[in-house]
Amino acid sequence: MNYHWNWGIFLEQVKGGDETYLHWLISGLGWTVAVALSAWVIALVLGSIVGTLRTVPNRWLSGLATAHVELFRNIPLLVQLLLWFFVVPELLPRDLSLWVKQEMPAKEFLTAAICLGLFTSARVAEQVRAGIQSLAHGQQMAGLAIGFTLPQTYRYVLLPMAFRIIIPPLTSEFMNVIKNSSVAFAIGVLELTFQARQMQEDSEQGIETYLAVTLLYFIVAFSANRVMALIERRSRVPGYIATAK
Amino acid sequence: MSFFAQFDFSVIGPSLPFLWEGLKFTVRLTVIAMLGGIFLGTLLALARLSSIAPLAMAATWYVNLMRSIPLLMVILWFFLIIPLLTGKPMGAETSAIITFIAFEAAYFSEIMRAGIQSVPRGQVFAGQAIGMTYWQTMSYVVLPQAFRNMLPVLLTQTIILFQDTSLVYAIGAKDLLKAAEIAGKNYGRPLEMYVFVALVYFIICFALSRLVKHLQARTAIIR
Repeated sequence: MNYHWNWGIFLEQVKGGDETYLHWLISGLGWTVAVALSAWVIALVLGSIVGTLRTVPNRWLSGLATAHVELFRNIPLLVQLLLWFFVVPELLPRDLSLWVKQEMPAKEFLTAAICLGLFTSARVAEQVRAGIQSLAHGQQMAGLAIGFTLPQTYRYVLLPMAFRIIIPPLTSEFMNVIKNSSVAFAIGVLELTFQARQMQEDSEQGIETYLAVTLLYFIVAFSANRVMALIERRSRVPGYIATAK
Repeated sequence: MSFFAQFDFSVIGPSLPFLWEGLKFTVRLTVIAMLGGIFLGTLLALARLSSIAPLAMAATWYVNLMRSIPLLMVILWFFLIIPLLTGKPMGAETSAIITFIAFEAAYFSEIMRAGIQSVPRGQVFAGQAIGMTYWQTMSYVVLPQAFRNMLPVLLTQTIILFQDTSLVYAIGAKDLLKAAEIAGKNYGRPLEMYVFVALVYFIICFALSRLVKHLQARTAIIR
């Protein structure tokens, strides 16, 4: 093996520019975090609504929610991303279509955030549904018996419990969002994976580049994990198995 | 004007043989990665549960590391970096197969670990009591039950794996998605191809997930 190691590469200037490779990686990190967080917000809001609807006693609403989950869960993320980026603008009315294709600001970023958000919302919805269904059926009946309407029962009885129970699987989904955001490179979002490929080609120091980027992903995912662990500790339900530690 | 009317799905027909080749690679990659991943994953799970501390630690590290990096990074790692280390270039297809076995093993090992731990301890003692060695206890008593308990989860992971193979697109391996892209370029109609491919993935994954649901109801262990 005759690989020429050069750990100083990160402080060297990029070819034909006045920034260093470190700048590239830091801006890539910024986009990765931006895509992941925006997608996570979309996924949490939409996933909670869809997951809740899957459990309501209304055939149309729960059917619609099931269709949402099946649609976004059974197509690979990369294919969904290409559909959103290339096909969806063609389906819009002519003027809007032209605007999206030519003038929309931050088109790549928004497409990636929305696509990843919807993809993840299907997974979050499944966790929310599992959380609600894991509660004893008596809880819902108790809520209704003391005169709550069904929405009130969900708001004050079922959801507060369900969300606290599903924090561990939501933690993995949060980390998945961060990892999955790497797919956004395919439509030209300048996030970490994109920058890694660019830096590797430009500097020809592939191993250092990929080690650094892997470490950055690791740090981001680990931080997300710690934040969720904190929330988990704060919101623990007394009397459940996980508390007995 | 810019509704589905301007889509021309007649290009799908002539490109079907080409897409079929792509699908065959996608399926082959999925099956090899599943079998290799489950085999390696089971060994990793046994290592993690073993009483030999360095072995358990190494397996834990491997699994945690693989699970914290995006799959895309792992694919690029294997494709670009391994040839740098070995000095020999590797084809995209071979690289994809090695990557997916190594990557999926980490996920399958977590499933198998849960499966092994779901088998009551008494079963292990019973095996030892009738004079079985460690490997005999594992392969005749514990693992068959662990497999059965975890079959639905293993298959669900395989569906995810099947979808994830589309990422080999990044290194140019000719899977279903790449084949569709090439065919789309050749006919000048990439959009129709993306829609068609999405449909194919959807049908396969949806059917498989129904199968898993069915299986889940049937294999639930009577205990």
